[in-house]
Amino acid sequence: MKRLMSGNEAMAEGAIQAGCSFYAGYPITPQNEIPAYMSWRMPEAGGVFIQAESELAAINMVFGASAAGVRAMTSSSSPGMSLKQEGISYIAGSRLPAVIVNVMRGGPGLGNIAPSQSDYFQATKGGGHGDYHPIVLAPATVQEAYDMMFKAFDLADIYRTPVIILVDGMLGQVMEPVQISTVSRKASIKKPWALTGCAGREPNIIRSLLLKEGALEEVNNILQSNYAAIQKKEQRYEDSNLNDAKIILVAYGTMARIAKVAMNKLCKEGLKVGLIRPMILWPFPEQAFIKATKKKVKFLVVEMSYGQMLEDVRLAVNGKAVVEFFGRAGGGIPSEDEIVGKIRKMLRG
Amino acid sequence: MDNIFTRPKSLRDVSTHYCPGCGHGIAHRLVAEVIDELGIREKIIAIAPVGCAVIAYDYWNFDCSEAAHGRALAVATAIKRARPQNIVFTYQGDGDLAAIGTNETIHAANRGENLTVVFINNAVYGMTGGQMAPTTLVGQRTATTIAGRDIKTHGYPLKISEMLAYLAGVKYIERTSLSSPQEILKTKRAIKQAFQNQIDGAGFSLVEILSPCPTYWGLSPKQSLEWIRDVMAKEFPLGRIK
Repeated sequence: MKRLMSGNEAMAEGAIQAGCSFYAGYPITPQNEIPAYMSWRMPEAGGVFIQAESELAAINMVFGASAAGVRAMTSSSSPGMSLKQEGISYIAGSRLPAVIVNVMRGGPGLGNIAPSQSDYFQATKGGGHGDYHPIVLAPATVQEAYDMMFKAFDLADIYRTPVIILVDGMLGQVMEPVQISTVSRKASIKKPWALTGCAGREPNIIRSLLLKEGALEEVNNILQSNYAAIQKKEQRYEDSNLNDAKIILVAYGTMARIAKVAMNKLCKEGLKVGLIRPMILWPFPEQAFIKATKKKVKFLVVEMSYGQMLEDVRLAVNGKAVVEFFGRAGGGIPSEDEIVGKIRKMLRG
Repeated sequence: MDNIFTRPKSLRDVSTHYCPGCGHGIAHRLVAEVIDELGIREKIIAIAPVGCAVIAYDYWNFDCSEAAHGRALAVATAIKRARPQNIVFTYQGDGDLAAIGTNETIHAANRGENLTVVFINNAVYGMTGGQMAPTTLVGQRTATTIAGRDIKTHGYPLKISEMLAYLAGVKYIERTSLSSPQEILKTKRAIKQAFQNQIDGAGFSLVEILSPCPTYWGLSPKQSLEWIRDVMAKEFPLGRIK
């Protein structure tokens, strides 16, 4: 069955199909279609919808629902995500699963409601206090946004970690046909740690305060080995034309779709241009760059920011190739023509 | 031989970390006794505060979660909605419930969440070293009001229970104290009522307990009990508020 849906609606429906039974959120543009959709769809599916009194309350409600063992989610946009960072740090520290959608808008401050990718640092580097990383998924189409919700809830449960779906405002708003899953794809991952009442077992405690000497370091080491396993197993990317590429574009989300159009235009002229599109931003797909830098290439990173993913590309390339950048943020979106112009310049140089 | 006094099953056999004369130990025990008497230990999910009682789960023998400072009622709301068959309560101090968590407190109450709240008012921040709390009395000396709380710069003691009583979603509010054996028994009855209300599906119930903090009041344990009776209870009158 195919339905015409906005990215926001598709992510909400995907969450329901993935067995999410708790949603709490707070109004902020451009993600308002998610709570609006959840407000009727979640009760219809037998779950709980709460319009929270604040972003803080919403993320802490997700903490509670997750502690109680159910699949729980919230969504927001950039300024709201800043407010949620406290809760995300506690969720990471308490080793709870959670899914958080960030439909990015312009910043800093209240910014504007134009599409943006300026929250890459906040999402991939932790965002709140303490040593932690959420897993960060970056769909590029409405279909992929829908499909990635299943992946998001599974990863959150398997690794007991917050997972962020990072999309720009354009992907939240754009409408495209979506193939809706007709078979149940709800994973059943056991949660013996959940708070359910201590009938027939010892009490469970959900905590992130560890004052005893050595206790916090022990938990931090567990978190770090968890992150190492995620980095090893969960890198995802799409690549195009890498075999003979001289210039490799690097972009994610909506930006990757524009970059692909620019790539196709130049390839038709016989120019050797490829593309790496990270589908998961943390863990960053270093493997793609280790492979690509075995040949003589140059990279052009294109972002709706002033160069955030750029830093991870440079780390992955590790000095083995030239990495250039083109980005705009605050309302401007790098266009096909601007990317083509930049590549022509690089090929001349 | 009949056993007429024993440790509640809801309380673990461990030694206390609380200061001499602190009220938390008594309040923990009252909660544990009530839970045993109502036969709900295996259904309980408790939310510990941030403050001296953060490790309440080291004493209580049932499922517990921490919450970020002030967020206990947001966490509790979600747990109760996700698992309505469980009995969910928060145990929070004055800074937690009436300063950093005022928003969560008011909105959980206003939604009429079917929850039980045990609110410990000792008029100071204990864990961080005795700073002024929203409930600190006028003239009371604390780490951040060394000349005493002055209404011109610090405002007035916040009567959050009276504020909450205005909200249509609130079922039951009572203020009690730990200043004497009689008051302790009244406190236990109020806690029991607040849990019974949840069992009956009646809605938001809160018990505010005036509790001694000899360490940061600069008083002996005995003087602290007298101060609750003679000074604190004048500002925060005891009895049923709603």
